[in-house]
Amino acid sequence: MPLNFTLALRNLFHDRLRFVATMIGIVFSVVLVLIQMGLYLGFGRVVSTMIDHASGDLWIVRQGTKCFEDPSLLDARIRDDVLATADVKSAVPIVIGFSDWRLPSGEMTPVFVVGTDLKSGGLQPWNITDGSVDALKADEAVAVDQTYYKRLGVNGLGSTADLRGRPVRVAAVTDGIRSFTTTPYVFADLKHAQDYTGIPANKISYLLVTLKPGADVAQVQHALHAAVPNIEALTPAAFRDRSRSFWLFGTGAGAALFAGALLGLIVGTVIVAQTLYSSTKDHIDEFATLRALGSSNAYIYRVIIYQALLSAVIGFCFAAAIGFAVVEVTTKGALPIVITPTLVAAILALTVAMCIASALAAILRVLRIDPVMVFTR
Amino acid sequence: MSRNLYPINQPVLEARGITQVLGTGAAKVHALKEVDFALRGGELALLMGPSGSGKTTLLSVLGCMLTPTVGTVSVCGKSTTGADAEELARLRRDHVGFVFQSYHLFSTLTAAENVQLALDVRGRRGNDARLRARNALVRVGLADKFAATPRELSGGEQQRVAIARAIVSDPSAILADEPTAALDSENGQSVMTILSSIARESTRGVLVVGHDPRLMPFADRIISIADGRVVDERSGGTGAPRLRAAGGS
Repeated sequence: MPLNFTLALRNLFHDRLRFVATMIGIVFSVVLVLIQMGLYLGFGRVVSTMIDHASGDLWIVRQGTKCFEDPSLLDARIRDDVLATADVKSAVPIVIGFSDWRLPSGEMTPVFVVGTDLKSGGLQPWNITDGSVDALKADEAVAVDQTYYKRLGVNGLGSTADLRGRPVRVAAVTDGIRSFTTTPYVFADLKHAQDYTGIPANKISYLLVTLKPGADVAQVQHALHAAVPNIEALTPAAFRDRSRSFWLFGTGAGAALFAGALLGLIVGTVIVAQTLYSSTKDHIDEFATLRALGSSNAYIYRVIIYQALLSAVIGFCFAAAIGFAVVEVTTKGALPIVITPTLVAAILALTVAMCIASALAAILRVLRIDPVMVFTR
Repeated sequence: MSRNLYPINQPVLEARGITQVLGTGAAKVHALKEVDFALRGGELALLMGPSGSGKTTLLSVLGCMLTPTVGTVSVCGKSTTGADAEELARLRRDHVGFVFQSYHLFSTLTAAENVQLALDVRGRRGNDARLRARNALVRVGLADKFAATPRELSGGEQQRVAIARAIVSDPSAILADEPTAALDSENGQSVMTILSSIARESTRGVLVVGHDPRLMPFADRIISIADGRVVDERSGGTGAPRLRAAGGS
């Protein structure tokens, strides 16, 4: 190990107060960036959770649909045209829409209804902890998430309420199907969902298309666009991206998250730069001595860079520990913070880059060192 | 012979016609005026003079820290004319060891690490460097202080660590700036004895800057400087003073 690394390590820990200040700066910055980016990823996942849990190869949506929650409707009769298209195996209609849930106490709360043809699959509730999907085929049967019991005034299977004036009964309970809008999801059979949302029987929100094995997705998309007017046939990935793009950037939410992360980076850079610079100033005699001993500038820069890198790695470890604790706390929340290995690696790289950039001011200071000063101090 | 040592009695550092102007405008000072000086291998030369006479400036010029305004400096026969800061640093690295009045040890490193640092900046690392650093400390009588930090050492011991650091890479010349000024008489004698033995036991040249008459018995040659000019040069010990022409070598 070169001695300039040892020197950097000892200099770093020598002034404990400054070390603590550096760590606070880095941890604050990295935790902020980690949480903002974790929220970004979590938000991206939550807004596309329905698309991610649907089984199909293509989504038929009305032209210009911006996201899964878009209220645009399709004519139900296009299903025949879709089924007539080569390589299409099935097309399951889906209905979505907001509705009013009346609690037994008489209070009203908005809910988001998701209805599908339960016989054909498509988009069914998942993570069922009580009841079953089959139970939803019965009249008045709905599935709700246990997270929203209090909000919906229910306490499990068999609980009853009114949905847009129609009586409903909880026939299945899910765990963790939460909406980023905080409006509870309610799953129902297609026909009932149309009633609950007020969507006419001849209208649907989406068709979820499954293709025959070996079908060329792009060719089928092309054929569907030619056969059915005013629709778009989107792959799940394309629909997911479109939904995320709308909610993250169309609404400004993503920009706000990025702005927060950028702010964290700026604050971190300034704090680390300030502490590195003051550390360098305090050790300026030592750097001048190194120069007098004949060390190259690069050798001295490495002392500062090592200090920056050590700060980055140690600070990142603290920040990551805090970040993972925050993830644990928010796991069951409406908007969980998602930290992936890629995000961790990217933020570690960002932390290192931030600390090295912070070292610039200190390096510029060292650049001006005149070794002759060792004779006057 | 180690790679950096130079044949005995040959100039290891040579300055010719050095004029050094420091500052600008009203603050401009002619710190050195047409100085000629040569430090030969195997000698301990003592540069004496009052405060502000130009001793340290001459040391800086000879040590390749300061580029002379006029004149030439040669290090082991290589001219420094036209050398940039990095090239001057390389010359220092390859040929010159320094001992400073206030030691300039690294407070967070041990004595052995402080000495080893002089090898590290030269890219010499590993067990060999560690061994050399320890041998240098043994040479200056600090065999039991390898792991001590500067804070745990007396002033005399710190200066001996600094001397070990200066000699560990076998430089051709050692330049010591008032190495005993911060020490008591006993420690000062001890430091000078070491520096004197370093010059005598090898073909290395040692230049000591100071103004304490007690340094004189250790010198082979004593050079007096005043107002930026060399005004006197004589043999050390009992040697009679020889008056020199200003700027003469």
